[in-house]
Amino acid sequence: MLSFIIRRLGQSLLVLLVTGLIAFSMFRFIGDPIDNMLGQERTIEDVERLRTQLGLDQPFPVQYYRFLENAVQGNFGVSYRQGRPVSEILLERAPATLELAAVSGLFALGLGIALGVFTAIRRNGIASNFIMSASLIGVSLPTFLIGILLIYLFGVQLRWLPTFGRGDVVDFGWWSTGFLTESGLKSLILPAITLGLYQMTLIMRLVRSEMLEVLRQDYIRFARARGLKDRVVNFRHALKNTLIPVITVMGLQIGGIIAFAIVTETVFNWPGVGLLFINAIQFVDIPVMAAYLMLISVMFVGINLIVDILYVFVDPRLRVDSAGGH
Amino acid sequence: MADLSTSAPTKPGRKGRWARFADSDFFYSFKRSPVAVVSFTVTMLLVLSAVFAPLIAPTNPFDPASLNLMNGFTPPMEPNAFTQESFLMGTDDQGRDVFSTILYGMRISLFVGAAAVLFAMVLGIFLGLVSGYFGGWTETIIMRIADVQLTFPSILVAMLIFGIAKGFTPVEYRDQMAIWVLIIAIGLSDWVQFARVVRGTTLVEKNKDYVAAARLIGRSPWAIMIKHILPNALSPVLVIATISLALAIIAEATLSFLGVGAPPTQPSLGTLIRIGQGFLFSGEWWILFFPACTLLALALSVNLLGDWLRDALNPRLK
Repeated sequence: MLSFIIRRLGQSLLVLLVTGLIAFSMFRFIGDPIDNMLGQERTIEDVERLRTQLGLDQPFPVQYYRFLENAVQGNFGVSYRQGRPVSEILLERAPATLELAAVSGLFALGLGIALGVFTAIRRNGIASNFIMSASLIGVSLPTFLIGILLIYLFGVQLRWLPTFGRGDVVDFGWWSTGFLTESGLKSLILPAITLGLYQMTLIMRLVRSEMLEVLRQDYIRFARARGLKDRVVNFRHALKNTLIPVITVMGLQIGGIIAFAIVTETVFNWPGVGLLFINAIQFVDIPVMAAYLMLISVMFVGINLIVDILYVFVDPRLRVDSAGGH
Repeated sequence: MADLSTSAPTKPGRKGRWARFADSDFFYSFKRSPVAVVSFTVTMLLVLSAVFAPLIAPTNPFDPASLNLMNGFTPPMEPNAFTQESFLMGTDDQGRDVFSTILYGMRISLFVGAAAVLFAMVLGIFLGLVSGYFGGWTETIIMRIADVQLTFPSILVAMLIFGIAKGFTPVEYRDQMAIWVLIIAIGLSDWVQFARVVRGTTLVEKNKDYVAAARLIGRSPWAIMIKHILPNALSPVLVIATISLALAIIAEATLSFLGVGAPPTQPSLGTLIRIGQGFLFSGEWWILFFPACTLLALALSVNLLGDWLRDALNPRLK
């Protein structure tokens, strides 16, 4: 058990070192960092000073080590485009993305479980069939088209909801929240639905198939035979047993939410980290790209590590397997 | 068994290739599935109209001589106020016929999608065969990379590769190279599935007697891998390729929509949607609507075709 965790931890560290190397190589080898930082008017002294300041006169491994050292301390250099420290820009943008991701995750989880249970209990109802077919179309619609569709419907035609930006935000120190103002909350609705729709359909389908599986089990039949109410059987006996796969899938889907936040933020002009990243790609702003890559890989590797370790805790069979060793 | 001698020379049971195909289980299940027939027809229609775009399109949208700025923002099926010309799907801000730009845009979308899938397929098959057949540290390294890549969503991987490649290309070549960079980016983000399936088949097949026999008569490892083992993996590979094509088309459209894909000089469907989104608020809905519908029809029909193919070729994959 302990050896499994240690090995897994070692692998995660290795992955982070490799992505770090990629991020560093991007910074070091795409264009000349000095050219990118200094404008046309520069003296040889400026160039030399910056070269020693950035440590570019050191051998490669030393430079890589310095880069990692800085990255661990949250120092990713200065954005080529904005001329400000990347960490500062990221910190400023993070609340917008995190709030959007949290709301759309909750939307996906809540509505997904509710619809999944509904379609499983009323398996052959007209409404269930309709929801299932609609979800199939929802899965094949690209995220950005869903966003545009919602903008056209609720923003252009009905004029109910704002279609870009975060609305008014309230600042708490470095964190700015849109939860406390009416326009902030209204602005969240369309992006959150756009971002969460795919995960919602995924969870709905998962809950439905797990529910159908569980509802066939003997203990459900016995519970019904004992004369328990449908509501108790469906929710207390059946739903509870479907939730473990849902939690693991949701954990892994956090990655998908982060990735597609880039798309959603672009469609809705949402001032988050994803929009920053897209702009960084468009203008080849390497420090921002490198920082985003590092941030994302820490997050993904962390999530995968936690899910893997949780699996071992939850499922004793895996413990035997890993002790047997591959 | 007496009639075997008479039938063997002429082979009366052996019909033409087409007749045998028409007689097969595969074609039977195709005929019986309305979804398959419809999605196949729609796919073929779209692919053919993309291939023959220069013949079908009323105008060449990239020939500045054929453009008339007076035709700008003409609604679909209505004569323009100044020139009295009318267009099936209207025109955009520069007076380009939307129908023609869609036909040309679909060419780029399909080309990028197909080339990316082909690239991913060749790479995945190669790495899958090598890691399955040779095993050892080669396998460990390849499959570790695959595991790591699978933890990141493929669209993110494609974006990163696109960004890095863009940084390496000199500024004056960026627009020309964008299409090729896009193909490599999407292809590299998508090889893992092919490699996994091919490796799985290879692991099973390489211990069978016919492989041992081939080895015994002295065939080279590459001949064994490609001629003997690979054919066993072809039907799952075909299924993954079809579904990947739908995903690659959507990935390309998403990247182009975000402005990190096909440049405005070579617009794909995604670029057209990006351009059209700007006119949504001012009421020129057709500039966005028709490219979006085309993309949807293309992605959906290829996707459904892939789903059907999966069920028809390999019930186990269900």
